[in-house]
Amino acid sequence: MAIVDTPKRTNPNTEETKRRGIPEGLWIRCPGCGNSIYRKELEKNLNVCPKCRYHNYVSARERISQLLDEGTFEAYDEHVLPTDPLRFSDKKSYAERLSAEQARTGLTDAALCGLGMIRARRVAIAVTDSAFIMGSMGSVVGERLTRLIERATEQSLPLIIVSGSGGGARMHEGILSLMQMAKVSAALARYHTAGGLYISVLTNPTMGGVAASFASLGDLVFAEPKALIGFAGPRTIKATIKIELPEGFQTSEFLLEHGYIDRIVERFRLKTEIAAAIDYCGKR
Amino acid sequence: MPSAAKGFEFEQPMLDIETQLGEIEAAANPSEEQQELARQLRRRWTDTTREIYSKLTPWQVVQVSRHKDRPYTRDYLNLAFDEFIELHGDKFFGDDRALLTGFAKLGRQKVMVVGHQKGRTFKERAACHFGCAHPEGYRKAMAKMKLAEKYGIPIICFIDTPGAYPGIGAEERGQAQVIAESMFLMSQLKTPIICIVIGEGGSGGALGIGVGDRIAMLQYAYYSVISPEGCAGILWKSHQHAPKAADVLRFTSEHLPQLGVVDDVIEEPLGGAHRDHHQMAARLKNYLAKTLEQLVKTDPETLLERRYDKFRKMGSYLEQLEDGTVSQHGYTFSV
Repeated sequence: MAIVDTPKRTNPNTEETKRRGIPEGLWIRCPGCGNSIYRKELEKNLNVCPKCRYHNYVSARERISQLLDEGTFEAYDEHVLPTDPLRFSDKKSYAERLSAEQARTGLTDAALCGLGMIRARRVAIAVTDSAFIMGSMGSVVGERLTRLIERATEQSLPLIIVSGSGGGARMHEGILSLMQMAKVSAALARYHTAGGLYISVLTNPTMGGVAASFASLGDLVFAEPKALIGFAGPRTIKATIKIELPEGFQTSEFLLEHGYIDRIVERFRLKTEIAAAIDYCGKR
Repeated sequence: MPSAAKGFEFEQPMLDIETQLGEIEAAANPSEEQQELARQLRRRWTDTTREIYSKLTPWQVVQVSRHKDRPYTRDYLNLAFDEFIELHGDKFFGDDRALLTGFAKLGRQKVMVVGHQKGRTFKERAACHFGCAHPEGYRKAMAKMKLAEKYGIPIICFIDTPGAYPGIGAEERGQAQVIAESMFLMSQLKTPIICIVIGEGGSGGALGIGVGDRIAMLQYAYYSVISPEGCAGILWKSHQHAPKAADVLRFTSEHLPQLGVVDDVIEEPLGGAHRDHHQMAARLKNYLAKTLEQLVKTDPETLLERRYDKFRKMGSYLEQLEDGTVSQHGYTFSV
């Protein structure tokens, strides 16, 4: 169910929809308030706009370094690599698209998984990077997550998954991507039965098959402010029901109001709050 | 003579024969000669139909799977089951007509049926949202499946949806949440589950009732990560290219067993299930009876173990080993 939309903010200053990640240059125009921000200042502020608190994109690697104690991250399953099972091709073949995305992002696929420490608490952690084919889940994301969850189950570790996916299930791998939703959910069910603590962190955007599987299954679900989170893309919904969508529809705040997330957590508080939650839920 | 109410373009040769045949059959007192011609025409219709249906393109399969006379869950409940007691009630928000749930009997075997319902008349279709379920539908399904587990009743899921409903209310009531929860639940239910895609297997909305011990599909059903229109909209910026998208998504009964996603394909009557509901229902019943017999004999722990392994194996990727060699995991499509 790859999502039809590129996620769009309701803010009129946002024409920032085609490009992913932080644009090159010394000054950056904030998608939230439209102000020009000095890049160094933004980076120092964890890519959160100092003027309007807009949470900009962070790559999976940056996220890991923001959340984990320095030097503690040990990546797993980096040697699990994507292939092109359907011989899928549109304007370019999926195989070519994969190589291009790998070169552009420095990632081998959209999920970075491994073990590490959060304030000296050992955790299993995964981050999906919304810059790699929209952070969509294909076989590799599904397999790496499942292996991580199984590892967390065996070693009785808390599990943190930070989701960022505008694409949901990756259509280039067809039905195999859809089935990853079931595979990861089944692994989470076993982890749950074994008593594991799973904290799901939703970031902008978390849509489609990612939202409709592991991202929604946390014992605790946190979200960064003003992230776009939902099942169907806003454009699909608009095309179906043919009325304007309400202001703030499918944002973190909308989900909080409707009871689907536990807390909205600002980026600079995330590490602290995850550590606190782990402490509340026992030593595991 | 089986006949579709309204044929597809690719069925034109069949329809031409049907028209000729109709004229002869309309005659009050057909001559010996006319009767002979009718026999010939019937044979020709069979041959032509077999020819056309043996070479359907993926897009044509999609059209057949969406035929307005195609049997729906309700039809199978009438034709293949000996009893059906509908159970409503998600105990939370409302009754979703797009998902039908209830007790049923297949011979003496008690089962719980959970199935998408599209609706036949326009009024029904509107009430069922054309088979697109809301969160309350999945909540109802989960509640009934838990009930079935409690009393060791096997579950049969009929999948037939273009997708879960995309709307404001659906998002407000947790569409993503319920689909995730439903897969999570189904992977752990200690009772046999058979899932059959009887028409459209539209992405998350389909998978929301699609985790089980056996996954089957009818011959002209499809099961896809995204609708061909949706895929075409993203890749070629227009729904017009849906046939092209259907080609690249590999979602027909020809491809899905190869990819390790579907266990069994149930053959449809000549010219598609919409031409002969009774025969299709009989074949479905036969499949269900046979499969249930095997599954009910398996103890629940083994069942769960195998169900986990079944989905665990899905996916296709490369694994680079320490010595630098690369091994391929999972099935891939072969031309």
